[in-house]
This record gives sequence, C-alpha cells and structure tokens, in this order.
Amino acid sequence: MKPKLWSWLVFLIGFAYFALPLIGTLEFSLRKRRGEYSLDAYAWVFEDPQFRETFGYSVVMALLTIVFGMLLVVPTAYWVRLKYPRLRPLFEFITLLPLVIPPIVIVFGYIRLYNTSSFLPMTGTTFGTNMLLMFGYVTLSLPYMYRAVDTGLRTIDVRTLTEAAQSLGAGWVTIIGRIILPNVLIAVMSGAFVTFAIVIGEFVLAALLNRPAFGPYMQLIGANRAYEPAALAVIAFAITWFCIGLMQLASRMTPQSRAKRS
Amino acid sequence: MSFLSLDQLRKSFGATQVVKNFNLDIEQGEFVSLLGPSGCGKTTVLRMIAGFESPSHGVIRIGDADVTARRPNQRNVGMVFQAYALFPNLTVAQNVAFGLKVKGVGKAQSAARVAEMLSLVGLGDFGKRYPFQLSGGQQQRVALARALAVQPQVLLLDEPLSALDAKIRVSLREEIREIQQRLGITTVFVTHDQEEALSMSDRIVVMHGGMAQQIGAPHEIYSSPANRFVAEFVGRLNVLDAEVTDAAQGHVSVGGIEIPTGRPLTPGTVPLALRPEAISLGPAPGHDISFTGTVTEVQFLGSVIRVGTHMGGAPVLLDTFNRTGRRPPQLGEKLEFSFNSKGVILLE
Ligand SMILES: Nc1ncnc2c1ncn2[C@@H]1O[C@H](COP(=O)(O)OP(=O)(O)O)[C@@H](O)[C@H]1O
Ligand SMILES: [Mg+2]
Repeated sequence: MKPKLWSWLVFLIGFAYFALPLIGTLEFSLRKRRGEYSLDAYAWVFEDPQFRETFGYSVVMALLTIVFGMLLVVPTAYWVRLKYPRLRPLFEFITLLPLVIPPIVIVFGYIRLYNTSSFLPMTGTTFGTNMLLMFGYVTLSLPYMYRAVDTGLRTIDVRTLTEAAQSLGAGWVTIIGRIILPNVLIAVMSGAFVTFAIVIGEFVLAALLNRPAFGPYMQLIGANRAYEPAALAVIAFAITWFCIGLMQLASRMTPQSRAKRS
Repeated sequence: MSFLSLDQLRKSFGATQVVKNFNLDIEQGEFVSLLGPSGCGKTTVLRMIAGFESPSHGVIRIGDADVTARRPNQRNVGMVFQAYALFPNLTVAQNVAFGLKVKGVGKAQSAARVAEMLSLVGLGDFGKRYPFQLSGGQQQRVALARALAVQPQVLLLDEPLSALDAKIRVSLREEIREIQQRLGITTVFVTHDQEEALSMSDRIVVMHGGMAQQIGAPHEIYSSPANRFVAEFVGRLNVLDAEVTDAAQGHVSVGGIEIPTGRPLTPGTVPLALRPEAISLGPAPGHDISFTGTVTEVQFLGSVIRVGTHMGGAPVLLDTFNRTGRRPPQLGEKLEFSFNSKGVILLE
C-alpha cells in the first residue's frame, strides 16, 4: 500500500508542476472580455498577420534545421562508430558544448565571423542570414540529435551491415541512404521532436540576427499586450504538439515500424 | 592456372602477426574449407579475400586479375556472415534484390532473379516478410540467396552455421553444398567444426597460428595428417607413447606390444596415433597386431559403440559398428582387439 501512495503523491506533485501553469495560462487567456470567458484574445492573435508570418517562418526554419541536422549528424555518428569508435567520447563531448556555451556567445561569434566586412559576409544578404540562423539552430540541436542517432545506431550491427552492403557492390551514399538512415529513422525522429520545439521557441539567435521568427514575436506581444500573450502561448503549445504528433505519425509509416507492430 | 590464388599473404594487427605466409590456390568451382581453432586467423584470411582487410604483404588474384588493391564493392565476391547480416529495414525480396539494384539491373529482370534465388534456397513464398519474422536458418538462407543473386565470382562463408541449432546445421550444410555444386561457384568456407569441413569440402586447409598446417582432400587430412596438430584437431585420436626397439627397421613397442612402422626412426620414444575406428573387436582380415584388454568404458552412440580399454597399459578408445543381433561389449569383460600396423600414424 505504502509505495503506491508515494508514487501517487509524486505523480500529483509532478502534475501540478507541469499542468497548473498551463491551466492558469489557459484560464487567463479566456478572460479578455470582462465578467465572462471568451475567445477574443485568440481572435486577435489569429487576425494578426505578423503571427502567421513569424510562425510560418519558424516552422520552415525548424524543418530545415531537422533536415540539415540529419544530413550532418547521421553520416558523422555512423562514421565515428564504424571507423573511429575510440573517438566516440570526444564527439559526445563536442556535441554537448552547445549546452554549456550560451546561445548569446554563439551568436556574437557568428556576427563577428560572418559580418559584412568578413571573409564570408553571410549577414550581408537575407538568404545568408537565414542560413546562418539555420546553422545556429543545427548547433543548438546537436546535443539531442547526436545522442538520439547514436543510440539508434547501437540497435543495429553497423559494421556487419556495412560490409554486407559493400560486398554487394554498394558505395557509401547507398549504404547510408538505403541501410543506415532507414534503420535509425525512428531515433532521428525523436531528435527531430526536440529540435522542432527548440526552434519554435528560440529567441536569442533570431532576435540578434534580426530575423522575423516566432520567438521575438512572442516577446514583442508579451511586452505590449495583456491577454494575447497567454492566448499565444496556448496556441504555440497546441500547434507544436500537433506538429510533433504529425511527425510521430509519419515515422510510424516506415515499413520497418509497420512490420514491427504487425 | 587456378581461379582464386592467395600468394604469400601476411597480415599484422599492430605488432602481432595474425596470418603468416599463407598460400592457397583454388580451382574454379572448388569448395575449400578453412578449418582451425578459434583465433587461428581464418576470418582474417577470408576478410582479406573479400577486401575488408588489406594484406600487410602478398597478392590476391581472382580469375586473372590482381584484386589486392580493389575495394570490397569492386571485387564481385559474395559474403555470408555468421550473424546473417540481413538489412532489417528491407523485406526478404528487397534484401535479395539489393545487389541487383546497386548494379542497376532493371525491375522486371531483378524480380525474376529474386524469385529464382528464393526458390533455390526453398523460400519462394517468403519474399514479403521481414528478416525478424524468419527463423535463424531461414535468415541464413536469405543471406545466401542475397549473396548469390549478383552472380559473384567467389562465395565466402564465415561460420554461417555456428549460430544455428544442431539439426538445422546439418540440413543446411547439405543444402549449401548442393547449391554450390549446382551453380559450380568457387567457394571458401570458414569453420571451426571438423565434421562440417570433412562433410562439405573438396579440399580442407587446416590452420593453426596463422599458418596452413595441411591442405588436402578430407580423406587425406583424416588418414594422413601432416603433423600432430592436424592429427589431433581432425577426428578423434588415441595418442600413445612408443619405445623405439629397432631404430633401423622402425620397430616400436607399446607396453610390450611390438608394432612395425615401416620407416627408420631415431632411438628414444615417439608419439603414435591410432584412429578409434582402426581398432576392431576380435580379429579382422589384414589386422596383423592383436592384444587383449579389459573393457573400461562403453558408450552407446547409435550405429556405433565406443569402447574404452587399455593397450599395453595406455588407455585407448575404439569404435565398433553396432551390428544387429550382436551383444555389445560389457564393462569388465576381457576381450581381444586387433588393428593393422599400416593404420598407425607417426606424429612429429
Ligand atoms: N581488427 C583486428 N585488430 C586486432 N586484432 C585482430 C583484429 N581482427 C582479428 N584480430 C586478431 O587476430 C587473430 C585471428 O582472428 P580471426 O581471424 O578472427 O580468427 P578466427 O576467425 O580463426 O577465429 C585473433 O587473435 C584476433 O584477436
Ligand atoms: Mg572467425
């Protein structure tokens, strides 16, 4: 009886910790009209063209970040496991650095290195700045992406599968594209969820590179309005979870996971 | 000229030399086994043929081409691994088609070839399954079909049966041999199981310490082992210490039993070996040596009964057929045994 009581208590505390702020925010967002609950704050947000623009921008950035992160991390983690297994701790350390170095340091470094008078003036054009922001996001997501992919690689016999494919005539691109990536896709997805959530809410990089992302927009609304920030938070929360749900669904469509459940 | 030739192969990992001066010539369509205890370098030799390891020294030729410097994906060598190594994300048919797709073979042609290969290994209806839905034996058949689909010049198998249970191991080895003979594909088979090597191979290479100890047909390896290692590793063996009584004539004595060896010896003691099946119960045609001994052990093995006794004080085992209607030897019985002195193997 006792352990059960304890686990319930812990569960309730955890639930209160995570859910109460959400419920509070939700409740507050509905009180724009005096004396009754209404969706006025939501209507205001949805009618604001800036909301659609910034949110769309961040979603596109998040998807690009995931794709580029995957292209960077999957071959790297694979290569390290296959050829330099002794360097794995080093790579784990490197990919952990973004957790230790604050984003503000990263972005100041970027601006110094890639400003208009540098050897690679990426901040000179909108496209260049967007790229820079995206690579910044890839860096921020590295700790999660690398770990997820590396864990995924552990579930398959990387070396033997590689050799089997090689003896059948396959080169590196075929091996990574047709054997390695499909087998770690589910692991990649779990890294992708976290990346998505990070990018949608990210403020520092976008604000200092002056890009119209969702993070700075939330900050702007938060500073200037009363009920709308709460509505915005609830909307962002819902949409993020919806997107993650979609990705989850997509990852279940892979033949392997379908087969595993049948 | 031989089809696959390994010329003075050597391989070192750091300071340890794992393969030492390995020479082997294999004819087209031949089935050759590399047999030896774990760690003797069999896999390393095989991996050098496949191109996964590059030799520290030596040349590998397939057909007329020197392939020593070629990468594994350019050698056209099929490989079957102990751990099956099927691609878990692909169906059985897609696994078998993998090499064909890499080669750019058209869809219709590839599908026909996959069907042909799957029926060759008796898995015609399993194309849509995933590897994890198959038993170990079935997975290894798929791996064989996948390796054969691209019509490799050489087929390499690294202990393909070791992970399977005994019954499947025997049936699959017969099947592999049959397919190999039907396709006439040059094959190198690695195993530590002498029964596997003896039953499947055209020739066997017995390996020890990174070197070939003897290369020969199964019966040669078995009946005329080149040295003590081969004699003891292949088959069961009674090893006896014999006193040289007449060095010039080559006569020895084991506890008072005189045995002619037919070749000059140096005085002292020599190790002799006798296969259990060389000794028979009672006299037999051609058996020139006989002795009496007390039965110390009786193992009933089905068609064969293994009997333990002493010969001139030394313990020996012998195998005798279990003939219908004959009473098996009893423990403690005093019986007469005989053997042919030509069946005696002198160990170096
Ligand atoms: N990549 C490697 N690095 C270092 N030593 C190795 C490597 N591969 C094999 N060895 C060593 O070489 C020896 C022979 O190995 P192997 O060819 O696998 O033997 P077998 O297949 O006959 O059991 C073993 O002692 C093994 O430890
Ligand atoms: Mg081995």
